[in-house]
Amino acid sequence: MEITGAELFVKALKEENVTTLFAYPGGQAIDLFDALYGEKEIDVILPRHEQGLVHAADGYARSTGKVGVCLVTSGPGATNLVTGIATANYDSVPLVCFTGQVPVHLIGNDAFQEVDIVGITRSICKYAVTVRKREDLAETIKKAFYIARTGKPGVVVVDLPKDIQKASGSGLYPKEISIRSYKPNTTVHTGQINRAIDILNHARKPVFLVGGGVNIAHANKEMTQLAELTGVPVITTIMGKGAVPTSHDLYIGNIGIHGSYAANSAISSCDVLFSIGTRFNDRITGKIETFAANAKIIHIDIDAASISRNIVVDVPVVADAKKAISVLLEKAKPLSVLDWVTQVRRWKEEYPLTMGEDGLTPKKVLDVVNGLFTDAVITTDVGQNQLWTTQFLEVDDKKQMLTSGGLGTMGYGFPAAIGAKLGNPQKDVIVITGDGGIQMNIQELATAVVYELPIIICILNNGYLGNVRQWQEMFYDRHYSSTCMRFRRSCGLGCSKPNSGCPEYTPDFIRLADSYGAKGIRVSRPEDIKAAFEIAKQNTKVPTVIEFIIDREMNVMPIVPPGNALSDMILERGEDRE
Amino acid sequence: MKKRWICLFVENEIGVLARIAGLFSGKSYNLDSLTVGTTEDSAISRMTIGLTSDDKTFEQIKKQLNRSIEVIKVVDYTDTPIHMKEILFVKVNCRSEEDVAELFRISNVYGVSVIDYDTTAVLLECTQTENRNNDIIALLKRKFINRIEIVRGGSVAVEAVSICER
Repeated sequence: MEITGAELFVKALKEENVTTLFAYPGGQAIDLFDALYGEKEIDVILPRHEQGLVHAADGYARSTGKVGVCLVTSGPGATNLVTGIATANYDSVPLVCFTGQVPVHLIGNDAFQEVDIVGITRSICKYAVTVRKREDLAETIKKAFYIARTGKPGVVVVDLPKDIQKASGSGLYPKEISIRSYKPNTTVHTGQINRAIDILNHARKPVFLVGGGVNIAHANKEMTQLAELTGVPVITTIMGKGAVPTSHDLYIGNIGIHGSYAANSAISSCDVLFSIGTRFNDRITGKIETFAANAKIIHIDIDAASISRNIVVDVPVVADAKKAISVLLEKAKPLSVLDWVTQVRRWKEEYPLTMGEDGLTPKKVLDVVNGLFTDAVITTDVGQNQLWTTQFLEVDDKKQMLTSGGLGTMGYGFPAAIGAKLGNPQKDVIVITGDGGIQMNIQELATAVVYELPIIICILNNGYLGNVRQWQEMFYDRHYSSTCMRFRRSCGLGCSKPNSGCPEYTPDFIRLADSYGAKGIRVSRPEDIKAAFEIAKQNTKVPTVIEFIIDREMNVMPIVPPGNALSDMILERGEDRE
Repeated sequence: MKKRWICLFVENEIGVLARIAGLFSGKSYNLDSLTVGTTEDSAISRMTIGLTSDDKTFEQIKKQLNRSIEVIKVVDYTDTPIHMKEILFVKVNCRSEEDVAELFRISNVYGVSVIDYDTTAVLLECTQTENRNNDIIALLKRKFINRIEIVRGGSVAVEAVSICER
């Protein structure tokens, strides 16, 4: 029986087990929405902006392990996805983004709301394609889901011209697909694994460095087993956090320019660096010449192009993290490295990640989050709020952290939480954001309210774009250039120090929450933190905004100054170790 | 830095050329020349890419090409026995009979063809290696200053059947 392209689209989503669709209509997508009208099996979510939409799909995908699916119209609908596509693709999140398009015969005519979205997204997605023939539609959608979720997951953009949506044709949807130019690696090279094991067995000061690849492969349990079997300490990147429970006694901390002293020191001193699922981004290596300078380096990654790009490695292994770790578990043995482990633990005890005790600090907020929530998804925005969360949040197999690690997208946290809550209604979902980041997608408060999503939104309000302000304070002579969120025209030019006379903050987040129909609580004293979360937990139908008024010039410490080696970090303001 | 050659098999789809070219520009890789055409299988296009890079970057380029969804196969031709030719047309403005005669002599010595001429211009067709074409361009530029028009097509290459040298 012949069906329209739009009907086939809906059928395809069902065949792919899509139960939640993040969608915003428009002229060139109206047929697709018509086919979705009254659809019972697919929950169609209408966010308030396409950027919020794509971040929500991203949060849904990261927290459920399923493919996140977006549907938007042509032109501005499509271009509003761009930041979210880059965000998801950079962190290897599987998304399929359907964009409406003007009819095929109008493409290239500068038609109303026409953009070349395939051209625009080509360099920031895994694959992008315009469907030009109705008979290609089913196979293209099948291909899109397959490419998005296999290999190194990523974003696929499928551009659907309006006449393809309307055209009648076959209703068949393929069960399987094979693409000759795309054969993701599914095996593990035993010879390379044996070489890796041999090096590991001879190590005296080994560490595991674990990146986001382990979380994406859902290999957390296996990774913990591998650490326990070998007795080798584990360090994570920000994206790898949670690969082993942060409370585990072999877990040392995060590496990187805001990593812990113990983790960075262990990397600098180790003799074997066994890395899995990380691309050695510049934010984790510091000065590249001194990174793990004395170590033999083993690198397991699904993406051959990530191996020996930034860091030259001794043993490369191209493989899926979970499969590789499973093979390692068969071959690895306990190592006698107790002296080394003791040394690393001593660093961790002597130089713990901490924060001054005075007043309302982000650490105190996160301590309460750690204590109150056991089964939860915590999302962050980008900046100081993110870095503090990666430092102080405890993560285990029931608690997950979602953050924009690669692209570093402000405005990610709150919409991602909406997606996470939709995908995990039984879990508590908490956003840790800043006063800057929340305003980049604050319109999604309406989405959270109308879909009755009791998300807890923690705004750490210091009245600054704090991370940039911190750099300005430390490296740019306190030139607080365009970072003050309390600035008004009357302030004049060139402020380098906040004072008691600074203008009031706008907006008033509590009244704003109220006007959306959400709850708002302002907290200024540390003793009120817990009570605020307790109240928020009682709001089971609406989101709660908790605004924490924190010290205006609080910094993320320690920090490796730009260009420095990892071992050369500033632990506290005014004190330079090394 | 060294001159390299890559033979690339890709799906014959709209946008593939943009994807490959965009990869080079987006990641700041040097691209010297790129030719593309269909093959005996109309669903497959074949590119011959000439580039200059150091070893590390070249490894990365090959990996990046390989991970592009539309790329079927990447073959490194840098050190393999291949036949490689580039088409080059040179139109030379002549001011005298002697200019015309000189261009006929050059065509003989360099093994290229005069495919068209009249009293004011000679058109040479040079189907040779890129280096040989560079040589003849250098000569013509010296002899006929500001009087030549050049169009070159980029190299195409195929693995040799019997020879061991290029």
